[in-house]
Amino acid sequence: MRNFLQKYWRTGAAGLIVIGVMFLALSGYLAPVIQVALDPVVAAQRWLGTRYLAIYTMLRSPGDVTALRTENEQLKNENALLRSQLIQLQEEQKDFEVFYSLLNVARQQPSNDYVAAMVIGRDANPFMRYVLIDQGSDAGLRRGMPVLTAQGLVGRIDAVTSNAARVQLLTDASSAVNIRLPETGAEGILVGSVTGDLSIDMIPQDVKVQPGELVLTSGLGGTYPGNILVGQVISVRKQETALFQSASVQPVVDFASLRAVLVVTDFRPVDLDPLIQSAD
Amino acid sequence: MPIIIAFPILASALILQTVIASSLPLLSGYADLILLILVAWALQERVRSAWIWTVIAGLMVGFVSALPTLVPVIGYVLVTAIARLVHRRVWQTPILAMFVVTFLGSLVSQGLVMAVLVVQGTPLPLADSVNLVILPGTLLNLLLALPVYAVVNDLAQWVYPEEVEA
Repeated sequence: MRNFLQKYWRTGAAGLIVIGVMFLALSGYLAPVIQVALDPVVAAQRWLGTRYLAIYTMLRSPGDVTALRTENEQLKNENALLRSQLIQLQEEQKDFEVFYSLLNVARQQPSNDYVAAMVIGRDANPFMRYVLIDQGSDAGLRRGMPVLTAQGLVGRIDAVTSNAARVQLLTDASSAVNIRLPETGAEGILVGSVTGDLSIDMIPQDVKVQPGELVLTSGLGGTYPGNILVGQVISVRKQETALFQSASVQPVVDFASLRAVLVVTDFRPVDLDPLIQSAD
Repeated sequence: MPIIIAFPILASALILQTVIASSLPLLSGYADLILLILVAWALQERVRSAWIWTVIAGLMVGFVSALPTLVPVIGYVLVTAIARLVHRRVWQTPILAMFVVTFLGSLVSQGLVMAVLVVQGTPLPLADSVNLVILPGTLLNLLLALPVYAVVNDLAQWVYPEEVEA
């Protein structure tokens, strides 16, 4: 017995100490000690982990940058493609709006026959205010047919081929349209100019014309149908010594940005040449 | 070859004129690409087909434009004559010749158009016509003279290759 105790008393004492420490730890009495002991260990772990992560990221970054650049290029190309599609759709939207407004004109005047045409060019000479459209005699167009848009009168067909036509605009210097002012009942002649401005000539002096009055075609002479809106009076020039007064007109149609027009195909201009010749 | 190639080149220039140049006015005038091409072609040293190009261009423009058909033909013939005359005088400085002929040719061709329209009865105030149409158009022609000359020069070298002595 004595030999057994002398031989294993150290082992027994260590066991008792361990049991005692475990008991104290489980009881919570050793928490401060454990915390003090673990703090440097945790700090060392944190330091080492941060350095390792930095080194790891640095070694992996070339691959990430390449992937990012590739993705960036792909996104740029996709962006450019989407932008071009957007522009194309916006242009189609504008065409749609123009065609829809022309359709409204046809609906409002169902008694007339219309042919829609796109404006494809302008006269090569700056003195001539003409436009080229993409419909011609194959579509039933003939010389002299009036041309208009949803806003109002544009001009009339001057020359025709099988699938194109040339339209003389109201703003051409040699254009002359018989008009009337519905509010005052006055009649005059709407003429163009080299600068594209419109003016009404030969308004009787006894008529009181006011700025803002609407200008409509009168139908006199048979070259245009009557009651088509042309523009609005913006200023009046009256001289007591002159035979007639004149007025400047703001056209309702924007001739600089014409895209599509309607040709009235069931209107036949009156040919007055035989009457003029017989009068001579 | 020089005559055959005139048709697609002048047709393309006419399309560009009616679609683009006529839609980019300065005041009320715009550039005349056909005139510039004809002037540049006529000023080329080895070119022998300038007159044929002139007639073809004049007929094309006369067909498309509302002007009387012969007016562009006569106008461009006068411009080519001026180009040939100036070429003999200042042949060592073709770019200067290009500017001189472009200036004179623009005035002559547009002046001819204006005169014809006035004779026909179209009311064209002289001051407005010159200040708002002819001079701005001439300015635009002068701005485009140099690039058009460069392009036509390359074309002329391709159509009329320089003979290399053996």
